[in-house]
Amino acid sequence: MAIETLVLGAGQEVGKSCVVVSINGKRIMFDCGMHMGHQDHLRYPDFSLISKSGDFNNALSCIIITHFHLDHIGALPYFTEVCGYNGPIYMTYPTKALGPLMLEDYRKVMVDRRGEEEQFSSENILQCMRKVTAVDLKQTVQVDKDLQIRAYYAGHVIGAAMFYAKVGDTAMVYTGDYNMTPDRHLGAAQIDRLRLDLLITESTYATTVRDSKYAREREFLKAVHKCIANGGKVLIPTFALGRAQELCILLDDYWERMNLKVPIYFSAGLTIQANMYYKMLINWTSQKVKDTYATRNAFEFKNVRNFDRSLINAPGPCVLFATPGMISGGFSLQVFKQWAPYEENLVTLPGYCVAGTIGNRLMSGKPTKIDVDENTVIDVRCQIHQLSFSPHTDAKGIMDLVKFLSPKHVILVHGEKPKMESLKGRIQSELGIQCYDPQNNDMVSIPSTHYVKADASNAFIGSSSTPNFKFPKIRGGNSELGDERVAEGVLIMEKSEKAKVVHQDELLEMVGGMKHEVQFAYCCPVQMSYTERISDSELSSRNFGLHKLLAKLSTELTEDSIQDCGEHLQLESLYISFCSRDNCAYRATEDCIGDKSATTYFCCTWLAADEKLAWEVISIMKKLHVIDT
Amino acid sequence: MKLTCLSKGGGYHCPPCHIVSVGGLQFLLDCPLDLLALTIFSPIPTGSNAVLDGDSDCSPRTFLDSEDGRKRQKMDKTLDADDLIRSEPCYKTVTNLHLWDLSFIDVVLISTPMGMLGLPFLTRTKGFSAKIYATDAAARLGQLMMEDLISMNVDFRQFYGPEESSFPKWMKWEELEVLPSALKEIAVGKDGSEIAGWMPLYSHLTEDPHLHMSHLTDAYTVCRARVLLSAADMKDCMQKVQTLKYAEETCYNGAFILKAFSSGLEIGACNWTIRGPKNSVVCLSSSIFVTSHAMNFDYHALQGYDLILFSDFSLDVNEDTENRVMTAANNLSSVSVFPSNYLYSDGSDTQHIITESLLNTDDSFEEMEKLAFISSCIIDSVKAGGSALIPIGRLGIVLQLLEYISCALESLNLKVPIFVISSVAEELLAFSNVIPEWLCKQRQEKLYSGEPLFGHVDLIKGKKLHLFPALHTETLLKIWQEPCIVFSSHWSLRLGPCVHLLRRWCGDPNSLLVMEISVIQLGMLLVTNNMAMYNLQKGVDADLALLPFKPMAMKILQCSFLSGMKLEKVQPLLKMLHPKVVLFPENLRQHFGGSSTSSISFIQYSENETLRIPRLNLSPELDISTDLAAQLNWTKLTDENIHIARLKGELSVENGIHRLLPGNEQIVASHSGLLMHWGSVNLQSLVASLQNMGINAHVEEETNGTETEYGVHIVGPNRALININATRTVISTGDEKLASLIFEAITNSLDSI
Ligand SMILES: [Zn+2]
Ligand SMILES: [Zn+2]
Repeated sequence: MAIETLVLGAGQEVGKSCVVVSINGKRIMFDCGMHMGHQDHLRYPDFSLISKSGDFNNALSCIIITHFHLDHIGALPYFTEVCGYNGPIYMTYPTKALGPLMLEDYRKVMVDRRGEEEQFSSENILQCMRKVTAVDLKQTVQVDKDLQIRAYYAGHVIGAAMFYAKVGDTAMVYTGDYNMTPDRHLGAAQIDRLRLDLLITESTYATTVRDSKYAREREFLKAVHKCIANGGKVLIPTFALGRAQELCILLDDYWERMNLKVPIYFSAGLTIQANMYYKMLINWTSQKVKDTYATRNAFEFKNVRNFDRSLINAPGPCVLFATPGMISGGFSLQVFKQWAPYEENLVTLPGYCVAGTIGNRLMSGKPTKIDVDENTVIDVRCQIHQLSFSPHTDAKGIMDLVKFLSPKHVILVHGEKPKMESLKGRIQSELGIQCYDPQNNDMVSIPSTHYVKADASNAFIGSSSTPNFKFPKIRGGNSELGDERVAEGVLIMEKSEKAKVVHQDELLEMVGGMKHEVQFAYCCPVQMSYTERISDSELSSRNFGLHKLLAKLSTELTEDSIQDCGEHLQLESLYISFCSRDNCAYRATEDCIGDKSATTYFCCTWLAADEKLAWEVISIMKKLHVIDT
Repeated sequence: MKLTCLSKGGGYHCPPCHIVSVGGLQFLLDCPLDLLALTIFSPIPTGSNAVLDGDSDCSPRTFLDSEDGRKRQKMDKTLDADDLIRSEPCYKTVTNLHLWDLSFIDVVLISTPMGMLGLPFLTRTKGFSAKIYATDAAARLGQLMMEDLISMNVDFRQFYGPEESSFPKWMKWEELEVLPSALKEIAVGKDGSEIAGWMPLYSHLTEDPHLHMSHLTDAYTVCRARVLLSAADMKDCMQKVQTLKYAEETCYNGAFILKAFSSGLEIGACNWTIRGPKNSVVCLSSSIFVTSHAMNFDYHALQGYDLILFSDFSLDVNEDTENRVMTAANNLSSVSVFPSNYLYSDGSDTQHIITESLLNTDDSFEEMEKLAFISSCIIDSVKAGGSALIPIGRLGIVLQLLEYISCALESLNLKVPIFVISSVAEELLAFSNVIPEWLCKQRQEKLYSGEPLFGHVDLIKGKKLHLFPALHTETLLKIWQEPCIVFSSHWSLRLGPCVHLLRRWCGDPNSLLVMEISVIQLGMLLVTNNMAMYNLQKGVDADLALLPFKPMAMKILQCSFLSGMKLEKVQPLLKMLHPKVVLFPENLRQHFGGSSTSSISFIQYSENETLRIPRLNLSPELDISTDLAAQLNWTKLTDENIHIARLKGELSVENGIHRLLPGNEQIVASHSGLLMHWGSVNLQSLVASLQNMGINAHVEEETNGTETEYGVHIVGPNRALININATRTVISTGDEKLASLIFEAITNSLDSI
């Protein structure tokens, strides 16, 4: 059996994350995102590759959404309400709470501002979210009898989770987007050491290694403080969720410490509303934020108030959070038009802006004029500050995670091709783990793990928990010390019954047989002559001859040590004892060679396991001529 | 497996306590305090903490003086307030727990916030090193309850000052002997042994080795086990608690997987499951199928376990009591509907019907009716100019009552302030609004629509609800007005701000006390002027609780809420879960197993008796890696349906699963098991197969005593002799090649490994 990974999105790109993994007959879709950069059919994953007939309910066991970013959830209402998927959908509580806000915002931008035909309606979003089962972190969710999933904290945005999935003995993790370092409001990603066949990880910053975040935060605060100290206005264009809260905590905290009174405004109702959600989801934030919620909920911003349009041209400094981010239109653009011409004002931009937005144009070079449309040209004299913090892990974080989990295989998604290739090389060479970076619509197949299930007897389990020192020495090798974890027994397969593992001692009872010992015996003649006169009684004493034999054999058999047990000599199962019976049944008369009177007989018995050894000893004994001096 | 029920507890606030030994490990289930027993103490007298107005001053001196003048021999008279013990209270732990060597406990599982109030006593004990597990929410709520308890006890400490001896005076035998019998029974139990369970919450004192209590059965335990439950102890205790989410797996000792699933009883309350390689156990505590605050009882997750320890003692109601209550209720024209007590009928049940019957929402509907009724009584009181006092009991009830009351006030346009007075009020309410993951579906919907999870958030914002840590705060005095509605901390009406308010209002016939009683499924009784409670068996508790405040003109509304499964749901539930064995408390004998035709075996247990559970005879499952399985050498036995193979590998235990892996090459290569044969040798086929090898043999029968032995003689090419009897074959020859040919011929007719 194999694990088959079909990459429908985020293969060697960032956008429309969607990976369908088949494990032992179960099929899971991880993320169902849309691509912001495309306006045509390319904006959604090619769902037809999952099922030609469009019977998605039978084709998929479940959908798992890692977080509320549109590149991970954006196509979900389309897939459920338009394509008709009706099966189970899992996401964390915050993602279920905040996802609809993101989707609704996106839908509005599409329809209201761009005048596009809508792909899904508000009602579709609500209907879709009703099908979602919310999960808590670390909760083991039994999707069906065979499929188990579990969410782990991923940082990145509130509610972001890495998902573990296990079918039978095969297990994997899909990370979604994650951050290995904590930020103002979120903790770092956290996961157990799991036994994994496959890890699918994002690789946005596959080659970047970042320094401390605090220096960059200080830079931002300094820029803002300098601007308002000079009476300027600060415009922070952001999306409603995520970055807005992070920056707001940063500013609110700074305002408290510096005792600043300059107003901080939130533009639309959306962000204030979002804060309501954040307040209830405090358990999903960083430890520091959590610890203080009872006395002061960090999302209860003290210095933040609602913005009124009339305040745009009001005198005096202020800070304004306005949607949408990247100044792609809407209110943030309106304010930008008013504030950009004054050099005391400041506009902050995120680390990444999609091509075609004003934000993107402001980042490339330092334009002094920007034409918004045919009739409007804006003089840009204000200062621009580019934020350099990102909620994604850097290359070191990815390597750390891969090393920590040590999966059998790694698949990279959500990144840029050349960087992914270099990371792939590092994972293979530095960690020795097979790594893949498929492009969209590619399929990667890797073997899965299976165990044969058997009922084990207590004696079998017990035999291994006590040190077992009874191991035979390996001939020609060093003697092996008992490893206490080694277990041995017998596996029994009976038609139409579950396999059983028993200790050897229990076997006969299990299969209903009576033990039958098969032994070899041979009464071996050895030439022994004595120079001294030895009394008959002495000669016939068993021990006398036996000791002579022992001395001889010991010099011949250098590798094995023969044990002297008094009455007999022993080597493994081979027993050698003096034989005084003339009519010994195990004696063969034709063996009698040489001087009959100088022949002493030794009876040898052994088991099949020591056949080779026994014959070797016997051949030595036959050739011996013990002369006592 | 062994089970010892240490205590069957006393309702919602004092869950049962068990020790279960599974796979050689000792699991302690819950560690509660019996806070109802606090009623034997006298509350601090009036005025010691007078804040609201100039109550007459009462110093400890005069209070204690009056105690000295107290008449002693009134054991047989009706109880009055003077009989109560005047001392800083002690707290009653599970007595039987002290008879155990606590260092032998490996794991403590906490099922409700109430189940952890006694934990700090445990964690302070020398040698105690068990791992403690609780859900995130239960641990947080439990901690808040402990903090509140400690802060309420401070009043007492300030009033009485530090104890002079290591042993409270009231615990001396002479003092106990003169206690009225009702109090004495609570203090020492029926056989006098329970005195060992009392612990002072706060104390500066160290052990006094000279203390002698020869009258008490276990005086030594009393001295030895005295520990201080201080704030520091509590913090120390909480640090030792490992918290989990619902359905989060944790592995103890590599071999045992522990999981907590919602029980519906309270926020964070859970049923534990223990799954080891050989045993799987569900610890089924008091559970509520459908609730309107906490997450519902997650019973689906409890399927597939071998044994269920049923410890929902809320069912402990005998019909006799119930009938009497019914009568009492009828006389008082109660509004509440009583649950009909019938067993779910067997037979015609498909899975669907079972689930339907389990999931019916009657429970929560009934509870909602009770809440609406209480709220209407409160409104009536404030309309009449009286105040309403609601001692804080169950968190869920408080949170919902706040919503019902504010709604009713709103609709009537009444402006009556609501206060919550507790040292942890702010934290408790704030906490309830940040835990959507622990709440029922309807509350979670509020998260999705961006509304606060509980109504109190908006009430606080709208200045309709005020939170105060204590009565004696200046801000409270500034906004205080009567009539008002107060929720306040207490334990058994002995500790906390509740006591002061009760003293203030007990003489006012317009005021109302809403009292939670721990009688299960009683419905609700509206009792005016404290009448008619005497004929209720458990009503005595309530009567004792009110003793210091008598005579009372204040109205009292006693109510009980659903605090466990309803009887009619037990059978269908067990049928659905279908374990092999159910352990149930003996007093529920009539409801278990009797009518059941199923294959479940029911075993009863009783308090303070150790029950040995017969072996379920389960073999642990072993996972054999495919690499290893591929290398196996299979042998087909003479019984052709059976194949066997020698198996050897590295055994590991991980997450309760035994795995056999190939291990290093040396391990696999070495073949240490001895070759083994079984069956019997068929002489004819032996001779035939020797013939095929070109060896001629003839058989001679030799009788050797009782045993028949055969000698197979071979003369050419070399001589050999084969001696065969029922259990043994000896091949003797000096020719190596011949020996191995014979061996082959022999083993052809035997099975071997
Ligand atoms: Zn993202
Ligand atoms: Zn992303």
